[in-house]
Amino acid sequence: MGRWLLRRTAQAIATLVLTIVLLFFLSHVLPGDPLSRLGEGRPLTAAETETLRARYGLDRPLRSQLGSFLAGLARGDLGTSIEYGRPVSALIAERLPATLLLGGTVLLLNFTVGLWLGVRQAVRRGSAEDRWLTTLSLVGYATPSFWLGLVLAWLVGVEWRLLPAAGMRDPLVDGGILAGTADVLRHLVLPALTLSVVSIAGTMRYQRDAMLDTLRLPYIVTARAKGLSPARVTWRHAWRNALFPVLTLFGLWLPVLVTGSVFVESVFAWPGLGSLAAAAVGNRDYPLLMGASVLVAVIVVLANLLTDLAYATLDPRVRLT
Amino acid sequence: MTAAPEALRSVWRAPGGRAGLAFLLFLVLLALAGPLVLPDPVRQFDLVELAGAPPGPDHPFGTDQLSRDVLSRVVSGARVSLAVATLAVALSVTLGAAVGLVAGYQGGAVDAALMRLVDAALAVPRLFLLLLVLAVPERVPLVALIVLMGATGWFATSRLIRAEVLRLREEAFVHAAEALGASGRRIIFRHLLVNSAGPLLVAATLGVGDVILLEAGLSFLGLGVQPPTPSWGGMILDARSVLVMAPWVGIFPGIAITLTVLATNLVGDALRDALDPRGA
Amino acid sequence: MTRVLDVRDLSVSFPAADGRRFHPVDGVSLTLDRGETLALVGESGCGKSLTSLALLRLVPAPGRVDAGSVIRLGDTDVLALKGEALRRIRGRRIGMIFQDPMTSLNPVFTAGDQIAEGIRAHFRVSKSEARARALRLLEEVGIPDPEERLDAYPHQLSGGMRQRVMIAIALAAEPEILVADEPTTALDVTVQAQILEVLDRLRRSRGMAVLLITHDLGIVAGRADRVAVMYAGQIVEEAGTAELFAHPSHPYTQGLFASVPRITGPLRRLTPIRGTVPPPTEWPSGCRFRPRCPQAFDKSVLAPELMPVGPGHRMRCWLAEEPAAQVELSRRSG
Repeated sequence: MGRWLLRRTAQAIATLVLTIVLLFFLSHVLPGDPLSRLGEGRPLTAAETETLRARYGLDRPLRSQLGSFLAGLARGDLGTSIEYGRPVSALIAERLPATLLLGGTVLLLNFTVGLWLGVRQAVRRGSAEDRWLTTLSLVGYATPSFWLGLVLAWLVGVEWRLLPAAGMRDPLVDGGILAGTADVLRHLVLPALTLSVVSIAGTMRYQRDAMLDTLRLPYIVTARAKGLSPARVTWRHAWRNALFPVLTLFGLWLPVLVTGSVFVESVFAWPGLGSLAAAAVGNRDYPLLMGASVLVAVIVVLANLLTDLAYATLDPRVRLT
Repeated sequence: MTAAPEALRSVWRAPGGRAGLAFLLFLVLLALAGPLVLPDPVRQFDLVELAGAPPGPDHPFGTDQLSRDVLSRVVSGARVSLAVATLAVALSVTLGAAVGLVAGYQGGAVDAALMRLVDAALAVPRLFLLLLVLAVPERVPLVALIVLMGATGWFATSRLIRAEVLRLREEAFVHAAEALGASGRRIIFRHLLVNSAGPLLVAATLGVGDVILLEAGLSFLGLGVQPPTPSWGGMILDARSVLVMAPWVGIFPGIAITLTVLATNLVGDALRDALDPRGA
Repeated sequence: MTRVLDVRDLSVSFPAADGRRFHPVDGVSLTLDRGETLALVGESGCGKSLTSLALLRLVPAPGRVDAGSVIRLGDTDVLALKGEALRRIRGRRIGMIFQDPMTSLNPVFTAGDQIAEGIRAHFRVSKSEARARALRLLEEVGIPDPEERLDAYPHQLSGGMRQRVMIAIALAAEPEILVADEPTTALDVTVQAQILEVLDRLRRSRGMAVLLITHDLGIVAGRADRVAVMYAGQIVEEAGTAELFAHPSHPYTQGLFASVPRITGPLRRLTPIRGTVPPPTEWPSGCRFRPRCPQAFDKSVLAPELMPVGPGHRMRCWLAEEPAAQVELSRRSG
């Protein structure tokens, strides 16, 4: 186990380094000057351009820029935001809690409600309920998150005035921790709902298919013939096995969540990394965008590592040598 | 390739597949016939009287804040979305097949390098790859957008094809043919075409839906299809500021995206079921 | 003798694509007494496995047991049971062993877990007591190093060992009937004999009744008290084992014997039955064996009932009405 973990971790790190190099070159594929915006309307003078290029290291050859980027990364330095003029790592650290709150909520909903609905569908396959949920998940899967967010913000937030449609805190709410928490939770509902609809759809379909595959295996008949209760057959015998394909889903699902949060956070002005990335796009702030992308790569690679680890722990057939 | 009409027939027999196929046909016809019967999508009718007018007999989907006909723009956006998605997917499937073929057949260092590259690329969501490329330049022409979306969509396909090549290389008939002096490469290529056409077609169909969503998202962020060319994502971006006063401006393009992606996914699912009867 | 199982007119049906229902099991009647072994013999697709699943109401959806069928376990009317009552007879009154011990065991639980679970589904015992009983069961089915095997996962066991675990699971709740559906088909020849030996020993020591389902007449001799031969969803011949082997009467049974190599007796050609079992949607009217039967005659277009041909010996063939033909038959095959 120890050696396997070591090798798998080394492999993850190698992938990550390659990913970062790839990201770096991608940001230089198309011509364009990220500094041109800093003139705020008027063209920059030659002297100004030269100073700025020197400050951001853009005057050096690409390989040397990559070298110093990687060297900075090793020290935890992601560079300086062009728009804000502050370290990218500091900006990310400020925005991380909001994103973790939103992402964590969606993760929880996804892997409880989503899995439960998928299992239910498989057990009642062919029923009216199964058909309805299938249709719903297909529609959810096809809905653009930013559009759904805007429609919900307009309907629930503006027309019906049920819930706040922007931000994470109401500046007018003050007082105790309780009131503050309740306020944040109220703000959380719409973005979490939007992001969940889009991501649960995929989880449900995946879980349903995996469960159907498992339910037709002979050992399910064995379990029923033993006299186990239907719930025990479904959850202990079928679901334990149908969980493996779903574990793989976690690695596939995380990029979907990250992508969705860019749109949903920006629609609901949720002060997290997603809206930071969206703003960076609007500002052509590529050091910030680069920092966000690197962080996403780290999260995805880490998630894949954890998935493999979970596989190894849960499936007795996987040999760790 | 003789299996293609048969596959199409079974898609048509499945209720979901039929609905999806029918909707896509309808959309293509609409996109082609639109310019003949609908007003010019960039024409501003009357900025004073007709800005943000609700749906009515003259403008079934209403008008936007610049008094342009929303229906014309949705139909025109269909043309752009479908064309961009189809071309990008054609490119990515071709690239994926080529890379998979080379990696699988060459093996060794070439294979290792290509597959490490694929691993690395798959560690970042496609949106972020595209954001990094697109955020720097001032303006990206439509052709470049198509090429870039094609170039970021082939990773999973190449793995699929590579696995198929590796499987075929081990097959007895390839060894036998090589022993008889035939070119192993040609045999692999022929069988690969026969065996992988189905999975490739499924991947491509489902890929179209993904790219439509992706393009809409990029346009919503202002990085995709550039105005004045109408695109669904761009229309929703424009509608953002008037959503409260004129919700129809944003609602119709969103419905168009959802229905189109739903239709392509239904066709893709039906196609997969037709080619793999196991999961009925 | 105590009758433990009484099945009458059992039919199982599935919906066909055209909306009608077809019947892969069509009017099967059989009985089982305490301590007795009945062999249900037939080719794959004849409905014998479905018959065994129906005994515990395990017919896979969308199939169902048709009205008019009767399944009685002692005093219990199985087809009237619901929910918890149904659960309580599964494993407790009838234990089941399936064909493929690899896929019939859950890969993520240890052998001990899977046996103990069957015990705890029916008896109020502690986990450690269930584990102790599971250990005794592993000893009883003849697994070497049972302590160690208790914590082994299925993939760590050999095929024969897995099937022994399967038997231990079936015995976990001490049922009075053991249904073994092709228990040796997936195993090596040497292991087959061992497994059959274990089943025989357990039947004697526990006084169980055994329903042995097989396509292989070779394993029936010397083990079963009675044999029922199934074809196309129906029992076509039944008799005591000795009687059946001495006087196989139905042309299908004769065909089965002719296609099995014999160790004793004069050398002869193996003649397979021509054609294959048609799917249940395409069973012919009249005698269902008619299209493949070398002795079909004009009356075969009518559907025959089970008719007596000897002591405790019945067959579903019009030849039973024609003593001359019958004498001719038994002379040829005897």
